[in-house]
Amino acid sequence: MVQQKETVTLGMWVFLAQEIMFFGGLFAAYMVYRIWYPQAWAEGSQELDITLGGVNTVVLIGSSLTMAFAVRCAQLGQNKATRNWLILTMLLGFVFIVIKGFEYAHKFEMNHVPGPDFVFHGPHADQVEIFLSLYFMVTGLHALHMLIGFGILAWIAWMAHKEKFSPEWHSHVEMSGLYWHFVDIVWIFLFPLLYLVDRVHHVG
Amino acid sequence: MSGHVSPKSMYYTIFGALMVFTALTVGVAYIDLGHLNFPVAIAIAITKATLVVLFFMHVNHSSKLTKLIVATGFFFLLILFGLTLTDYLSRGYEPNGTRTPMVTQH
Repeated sequence: MVQQKETVTLGMWVFLAQEIMFFGGLFAAYMVYRIWYPQAWAEGSQELDITLGGVNTVVLIGSSLTMAFAVRCAQLGQNKATRNWLILTMLLGFVFIVIKGFEYAHKFEMNHVPGPDFVFHGPHADQVEIFLSLYFMVTGLHALHMLIGFGILAWIAWMAHKEKFSPEWHSHVEMSGLYWHFVDIVWIFLFPLLYLVDRVHHVG
Repeated sequence: MSGHVSPKSMYYTIFGALMVFTALTVGVAYIDLGHLNFPVAIAIAITKATLVVLFFMHVNHSSKLTKLIVATGFFFLLILFGLTLTDYLSRGYEPNGTRTPMVTQH
């Protein structure tokens, strides 16, 4: 039994290591373009709403806390509490997605979405378009991970509702927790990299 | 890894620390530290991520093999960044010792 648990955790971490490299490629692209176009990065970053980004950071870390409690309750075999923590986690995740939706909608209104209709008034509009392309790619991929997370959490919340978990058997909850925390970690890096770039010294 | 149940207070403490670091990184973004703004922001993010990995993801109570896999993931990420930078940071250096501007913004 101990060995089985060990194997599950190990397998999940191998998957997450792959996810690190998956997002890592995008972070590498971000790094290279930022080295090339620091001014455009500062200009593009000013366009993002630091308040909404900050609130979303708090909301997502909060959802990690509730997820951690869901796992803890599953370890103790408290199925009802596990289910409730999972529902709260999904609600917080939903708040995150809604706020993100407002941010995206605002970008569409401003014509700040990369593509034929892209409009940006500034000295480095072309490079800012690259910044915003990366912004949409990375946050979109992150949001997609959250949507997948909703599916997984809804499924294990249903299992908890059916009293399936016990102190001996709750790997589903633990592994979903690892996934959810990983998505949280990605955002922990995205927030400073996208929203907090060169706020003080507007280069150029 | 199995069987260890952490006290609730531990999770609240870690959450509090993550909140403090979030406030810190936003605050520091408005203070002019010259070239240090970026390293400080990244250092805070790495600290937050480490707290999540160790305590929320229970890696501090995991087996050595799991810890190795976790470390491997981040190690290869550093290789990805490092080898990419050896190219992009060294462009523009001519064999005769002069340096041409890497990119001209227009």
